[in-house]
Amino acid sequence: MGKRLDLTLRIWRQKNTNSSGEFVTYDLENVDVNASFLEMLDVLNEKLTLSGDEPVAFEHDCREGICGSCGAMVNGKAHGGEDKTTLCQLHMRHFKSGDVIVIEPFRAKALPVVKDLVVDRSALDRIIESGGYISVKTGSAPEANQILVKKDLADRAMDAASCIGCSACVAACPNASAMLFTSAKVVHLGSLPQGSTEAASRVINMVDEMKTNGFGNCSNEYLCEAACPKGIKVSNIAKMNQWYKQAMTNQPLSE
Amino acid sequence: MSHKLNSKVPTGDIDKQWDSHRFNLKLINPSNRRKYRIIIVGTGLAGASAAASFAEMGYSVDVFCFQDSPRRAHSIAAQGGINAAKNYCNDGDSIYRLFHDTIKGGDFRARESNVYRLAQNSVNIIDQCVAQGVPFAREYGGHLANRSFGGAQVSRTFYAKGQTGQQLLLGAYSAMMKEVHRKRIRLHTKTEMLDLVLVDGKARGIITRHLETGKIEAHAAETVILATGGYSNVFFLSTNAKGCNVTATWRAHKKGAFFANPCFTQIHPTCIPVKGDYQSKLTLMSESLRNDGRVWVPKDKNDTRHPNDIPDAERYYYLEERYPSFGNLVPRDLASRNAKYVCDEGLGVGATGLAVYLDFADAIKRDGRSAIEQRYGNLFEIYERITGDDPYTQPMMIYPAVHYTMGGLWVDYNLMSTIPGLHVLGEANFSDHGANRLGASALMQGLSDGYFVAPYTVPDYLATTDLETVDTAHPEFVTAIQNCESRIEKLLSIKGDKTVDDFHRELGLIMWDKCGMSRSQSGLEEALDAVKNLEKEFWTRVNVPGSGEALNQSLEKAGRVADFFEFSKLKIQDALHRNESCGGHFREEYQSGDGEAVRDDANFRYVAAWELDPETGEEVLHKEPLEFPNAPLSTRSYK
Repeated sequence: MGKRLDLTLRIWRQKNTNSSGEFVTYDLENVDVNASFLEMLDVLNEKLTLSGDEPVAFEHDCREGICGSCGAMVNGKAHGGEDKTTLCQLHMRHFKSGDVIVIEPFRAKALPVVKDLVVDRSALDRIIESGGYISVKTGSAPEANQILVKKDLADRAMDAASCIGCSACVAACPNASAMLFTSAKVVHLGSLPQGSTEAASRVINMVDEMKTNGFGNCSNEYLCEAACPKGIKVSNIAKMNQWYKQAMTNQPLSE
Repeated sequence: MSHKLNSKVPTGDIDKQWDSHRFNLKLINPSNRRKYRIIIVGTGLAGASAAASFAEMGYSVDVFCFQDSPRRAHSIAAQGGINAAKNYCNDGDSIYRLFHDTIKGGDFRARESNVYRLAQNSVNIIDQCVAQGVPFAREYGGHLANRSFGGAQVSRTFYAKGQTGQQLLLGAYSAMMKEVHRKRIRLHTKTEMLDLVLVDGKARGIITRHLETGKIEAHAAETVILATGGYSNVFFLSTNAKGCNVTATWRAHKKGAFFANPCFTQIHPTCIPVKGDYQSKLTLMSESLRNDGRVWVPKDKNDTRHPNDIPDAERYYYLEERYPSFGNLVPRDLASRNAKYVCDEGLGVGATGLAVYLDFADAIKRDGRSAIEQRYGNLFEIYERITGDDPYTQPMMIYPAVHYTMGGLWVDYNLMSTIPGLHVLGEANFSDHGANRLGASALMQGLSDGYFVAPYTVPDYLATTDLETVDTAHPEFVTAIQNCESRIEKLLSIKGDKTVDDFHRELGLIMWDKCGMSRSQSGLEEALDAVKNLEKEFWTRVNVPGSGEALNQSLEKAGRVADFFEFSKLKIQDALHRNESCGGHFREEYQSGDGEAVRDDANFRYVAAWELDPETGEEVLHKEPLEFPNAPLSTRSYK
């Protein structure tokens, strides 16, 4: 049994996409410091359910920081602002008794609120659909070691591929840009020899799709990198911009 | 074999079976394929890979997942790696060896022919994934890197940092999204399957609920594929994602699909222990930690000193003492059970007494902190983030947790269940892991089923079956919709005084205590009574707030927990009937003098496939005998 906290929670409650929302204040006592942030919300929801209220809706699934389902703004910071930590991995020991915690959904025009803390992130799937793949059919792959990949490029691809699609980068950006998300996939695939054939059309199509969905552009605030629970770097955005320019002017893409 | 089970295993030499079988399977002309609609439920490795493959061939595919994006399916959480018999390390691996290791690891309760095919397909999986851009670890020369995993004597595991499942799933997901873009796949996210619909005895569609609008809908097709994962969450606390559930396979079982070996559950030895009653899930720490960590508990049960203050002579290194040749590297089931034994003896540590130490002090002294940091840095970081303790300066605390389920819907060699037209892939079927799964084999099976088995066998079903035109106006769909709606109304109308989680937690505790790491006849009988009583209470006292016409996460959970109640009774019944110990199923009555599992090959060398008799509501046992001409029966020994 760990130390206990008494907290005041101010949580955004919104019935559905079309209704207007508001902050509602809840007092929650006796929260174990070893609980995760989502477990703290579980405790609140059990209490609300038994008192006849509707529990707070929030997305979550794996609760170990890899599925990308969870996320909210906590005191104005995506996922609560701990370094490289998703909301499910944020623990209550980072708070103290008496704290007021403000919890609201990730906000962006392209990510409409569905209910309470749940937002619609289907726009991110549409960006992937527009080109975030290598067009290889099942069965037509060559023997794996016939494709050699330089270790530094393999590592760059792996780092970019770590993106979990949580959309914290969008929520943290003053322009609600999805540049970090989009560039992570563009750089992951474009760094590999097997992904280079389509690299030019991929970068154009994915950037276009991003714009179509109402995400803003990048103005080098770097808040996305700071918010990213997987440490995706803004250097991916620079690489994407370079490739986009090269692709639009029919030049070969640099490595 | 029960006359109701036809495994359709080909005859002939095991290494030729799949080739000859594939040649005999019927094909469908490319121009006709679009006329066939295939429903796939679940977008993990098995579902996503199958969806991409069918769409590429030209079929019309409908894909369903309850998550807001198919990329979030629970395959994403697999850490360690994926096995393949590439023999890139020239260290004696082969398809035959991978086959043999898998059969033996499964304690001789899997079907030889399926496992051999799995080992054959493993090499193609790596090719496919690399071509898709999965960033596997590489050597400096640009070739793929391998490591040994889970006690294997060869290095056959491919990996992408500690995120192999994530990268393989993103590969399959992107292959699928490519086909969504080509309009070959219709993607239904936030959509949960509530029931299976049969017309003339064949699987012809499903009923779903849209989780945001609450809309109940019917979908008709020529065939249905379930790739909906396992049933670990019957225990409430497990390493599975919170949404993982048994509903799809259980609903299929109620419509006639036999459920095989539901008592087979894998318990992973190295998880972060439970801290308090608010706990919602358990986190796995890769078992690679046991390569360098030493497992111990204090010798004196009243020892309350800080672990660093307990001298070596007063520590009980129980794995090293009991298994001198394997020590801390004994297989998962032994490591788990022994942790339970020492805690049952009162030697457990931590606030709950349900934990043991995993100590790196000696390894750090021997190899230096930086070597340990290189090997396990990210795991130590995860541990510290969750517990607030620093494993570089004090031992970790670990305890076993439910991790994977080997049982599932019974399928034949074509991965078809006992319901014609219902195919089952990945963890949702029972097929390849017997009574215990080897590390890095789950990802292999999901992708083998989806990329390289179902694309051959499902078309054969379509080509050889008379399928009349059916749409959702058919009375079977209408009735099924009504049944789903009335169940939801019932759940919403109770408005009792306990939450869904209250019930799920209680169910989980019963299952963990009596049907978990070690089981006994009396314990299982008690569990059956307790579950029945709790289930009755659930249907009179559960409180599901809100309505069915909007996002209602309590309602989603309630439906899943109701199905876990029904399923848990079959799981207990299966554990009760299997009077032997094998792999993940340990019956206390069947052990040797020194606590080793004792298999009964004379009486239990079979797959237990359970049929629900719709007349009586009783579960009827059917047996598929298992033969091992290619991997002769032997007894595991780790002394």
